[in-house]
Amino acid sequence: MSIDSEVLERDLDVAQEAAAPTSPRRKFLFMRNTKALTGLVILGFFTLMAIIGPWIAPYDPDARSKDVLQPPSWDHLFGTTHIGQDVFSQILVGTRGVMVVGFVAGIVATTIGVLIGVTAGYIGGFGDEGLSALSNVFLVIPQLPLIIIIAGQLPSAGGLTVALVIAATGWAWGARVLRAQTLSLRKRDFIEAARANGEKSWRIITAEILPNLTAIIAAGFVGTVGFAVLSQITLSFIGITSVSEWNWGTVLFWAQAQLALQQGAWWWFVPAGLCIALLGMSLTLINFGIDEFVNPRLRSTGLNARKLRKRQIRPRIGFTPVVHEAKEDRS
Amino acid sequence: MRFFVRRIIFYAITLWAAITINFFIPRVMPGDPVQAAIAAGGGTISPDAIPALQALFGIDPTQSLWSQYVDYLQMLAHGDLGTSFTYIGSPVLDVIKQALPWTIGLVGIATIISFVIGTLIGSGIGWRRGTWADSLLPISTFFSAVPYFWLALIAIAIFSVALGWFPSSGSYDRNMVPNLSWDFIGSVIYYGTLPALTIVISSISGWILGMRNMMVTVSSEDYVTVAQAKGLSERKVLFGYAARNAILPQVSSFALSLGFIVGGTLIMEIVFSYQGIGFLLFNAVNAKDYPLMQGCFLVITIAVLAANILADFVYGALDPRTRQEG
Amino acid sequence: MSAVPELQRAARPAHDPVLEIKNLSVDYGYDDPTHVLRQVSLNLNRGEVLGLAGESGCGKSTLAYAATRLLPPPGLITGGQVLFTDRDGTQSDILAMNDSDLRASRWQDMAIVFQGAMNSLNPVFRIGRQIADGIQAHKPGISKKEALERAGELLDMVGISADRLRDYPHQLSGGMRQRVMIAMALALDPQVLIMDEPTTALDVVMQRQIVEQIAELRERLGFSVIFITHDVSLLIEIADRIAIMYAGEIVEDASSQDVYRRPRHPYADGLLHSFPPLRGPRRELGGIPGSPPDMSKLPTGCPFRDRCEFAWDACAAITPELTGTAVAGDDPRRTVACLRHTPDLVQAAGFEPKPVPERLALR
Repeated sequence: MSIDSEVLERDLDVAQEAAAPTSPRRKFLFMRNTKALTGLVILGFFTLMAIIGPWIAPYDPDARSKDVLQPPSWDHLFGTTHIGQDVFSQILVGTRGVMVVGFVAGIVATTIGVLIGVTAGYIGGFGDEGLSALSNVFLVIPQLPLIIIIAGQLPSAGGLTVALVIAATGWAWGARVLRAQTLSLRKRDFIEAARANGEKSWRIITAEILPNLTAIIAAGFVGTVGFAVLSQITLSFIGITSVSEWNWGTVLFWAQAQLALQQGAWWWFVPAGLCIALLGMSLTLINFGIDEFVNPRLRSTGLNARKLRKRQIRPRIGFTPVVHEAKEDRS
Repeated sequence: MRFFVRRIIFYAITLWAAITINFFIPRVMPGDPVQAAIAAGGGTISPDAIPALQALFGIDPTQSLWSQYVDYLQMLAHGDLGTSFTYIGSPVLDVIKQALPWTIGLVGIATIISFVIGTLIGSGIGWRRGTWADSLLPISTFFSAVPYFWLALIAIAIFSVALGWFPSSGSYDRNMVPNLSWDFIGSVIYYGTLPALTIVISSISGWILGMRNMMVTVSSEDYVTVAQAKGLSERKVLFGYAARNAILPQVSSFALSLGFIVGGTLIMEIVFSYQGIGFLLFNAVNAKDYPLMQGCFLVITIAVLAANILADFVYGALDPRTRQEG
Repeated sequence: MSAVPELQRAARPAHDPVLEIKNLSVDYGYDDPTHVLRQVSLNLNRGEVLGLAGESGCGKSTLAYAATRLLPPPGLITGGQVLFTDRDGTQSDILAMNDSDLRASRWQDMAIVFQGAMNSLNPVFRIGRQIADGIQAHKPGISKKEALERAGELLDMVGISADRLRDYPHQLSGGMRQRVMIAMALALDPQVLIMDEPTTALDVVMQRQIVEQIAELRERLGFSVIFITHDVSLLIEIADRIAIMYAGEIVEDASSQDVYRRPRHPYADGLLHSFPPLRGPRRELGGIPGSPPDMSKLPTGCPFRDRCEFAWDACAAITPELTGTAVAGDDPRRTVACLRHTPDLVQAAGFEPKPVPERLALR
């Protein structure tokens, strides 16, 4: 999450570029960004698995069998647990839990973030001070321990409850970025003009401000989904939420509880971890894409380093590279 | 000075908010925490403790919410966090006092190491764009996406189980009596190395990526070009101009993400059974030891706030603009 | 300037170039480059104030940054030479220097005052330190105390009290920051001072003061100046010579009085008419219809032809070269890049030449 918070500091800076009208060409550019595209493909894959996972799973994830602690084979792609459950099926079935919590928490938190952030940025004055202080308080309070004590006091913490608890604690980052962005948008000529024309506030917000915040809202949403996925898996892993509902964290919980590590049953905890990493990476990549789309300075010049080396170009600040490639036909 | 006054007011508000959240959580939750606590305590709770529990959870129907709140604040003001169920009869504060130094030692040192090294690497990568250093980026991206605890699992599987280099759990050799001898300190370092390394490796990528992006942004500022135009040495331009300014948002993002990082590293303590406050919180949650849970949360929050104040002072020292009068 | 025939060049009395830019080409982007400068040549004579004018995006700042190799990525110099002649007559090509030679040459030979004074100073260091570090980088023997003393003298020179040395940039006003930048640029007594829109961000009164100060300092110290601005009327007051750029090329290069009274290029003429000759409120460029072309897809022929009232079919086919004018009695050193002035070239390409329009042939 620290990668994201750095964006906070840059936001005002970036506001200028972010608010540029999104022409079809620029949208197309975003899709052309390989990072974003890779991320979207991976995310799409996991979304598909979340939908069809339970149907295509070869075994019932809870079913015991005689194949106890088997390493990966064609029968059991990711091996089996101490009581012969199929790890591959557990992960397939668990994908839905992960994705649902991630997206529900993402949507709810982003909605709260937009409401609070945009309102604070738009109304200004004392209301702004109050709402900013509120979101800063939620930013500074360590979220995970807070989620742990809330979830720990709930009689039964199922997936949706966990999603709501995560959303209730994780909206502040998005709100903060959006507030800063709205604040800078509000001072722009076209907003000032709309206000001077006597447009209604809600119309200015929905028609003029929100469209210009799309990229930031999307980035906030993606970041929150990542945060929610990690938090939920962590909660499942330490066994605070229901351990009978399958998700990748539950798989890891049982692996840890049944001493998979000590028995060398690497197949029990490696695939789940890699799935988390892959999903997290896809979200990070999408966010990189959005970041680079919003702040062109971050684009790693969009070219491959080998080709540059061949031409003996080393791009750097303060020493413009010189290559003698241009034709010289003037005297 | 205004900067600091504003910040102090903010932290006071945050502390108050954390305390208030702590007060309300058990009161708005469904179910009866006192009965649950007594059940969880399994007869270890004397009937005398019930009024105290009720005060803590505000079950006492004869009192208004407001007077419960005032009572609660008064308890806190006297450093009374209630009595733990699991550590029979011990005040929560004492239990936490035992665990806190371990956490501050492990999480604190590992986080600072990670921040310093990550920031250095990040400024290098951000400065030398388009070189081999860029290939560190995808690796960092991967590590920033992995949950901390999973990396800890892998570290244990490799370094303790397979190679046997480091112990997989605990914070010092249990055959030793804690004292200030070199042997004991050596044992603490030996036991702490693997958890610390895991924390550093899993949190460092965030700092690398953050600093890299800040370096890229700052490098295009005019004053960096001016520094190059002056013909200053590469080292001076990099550290005096580019990194020196890029570190400012890095420090404030350090403060902001502390809460997140501390959350993640506390889970490390659980995986390594390291006797810090994260492990304590975990045990408290499993044992439904509500006073201990809430005490842990409050202390963690206060520790994060203290670290935030520290980061603010560092920021103030680094950026002359915050020292401006008026 | 190298396009001027050899004969004329020899006849030039004050030809003592301190900086010669020859056929400088610059791309923006590495893979799919935009050619932002195409073989630009320009000379700066010793002691001269050369104005560089043009609409924003025409490449005037790019020219200055490329000549000092300070152009940020993805800028790329693709050809040409930038020859600097030292006081003792030794010549060196800035584009051929290695890093350490370039570092040593910078600030000592050529110094720059950047566009935004707001962002040109490092916000976290005291201004004294920022002036002194440049001095120390080039004079290894000098102590910090001496460098700071020198910094104090420099501040004094631009009319800022020396006890401001301990101030941070945010404690100074915009005008003061720009003066600090000028003081900083003069720290090593450079021979060339490049000023990139040094007054744009300032109010009119402050502009006046800064410009007068630069003129006065030049009298005293004798450096040469390249003054970049889009404000032609300002240039006419302070520059000895003006080069006007359009779409990455120089279209007219002449003494400022000639540019003012006898412009030869339709763009130079338009530019002059879009600014009030006397000081007054600044206006948008209104004198030239249309907008500058997209540099990434520049058509063949004259880049200005779409906005030019004198364009005819030849302009779409032939790219004009910077040559002498076709108006009898003109200063032989002045040059212009317009097909109306090169009937031979037009004829050779098989088009009907047209005469120089009356408005561009004033005497």
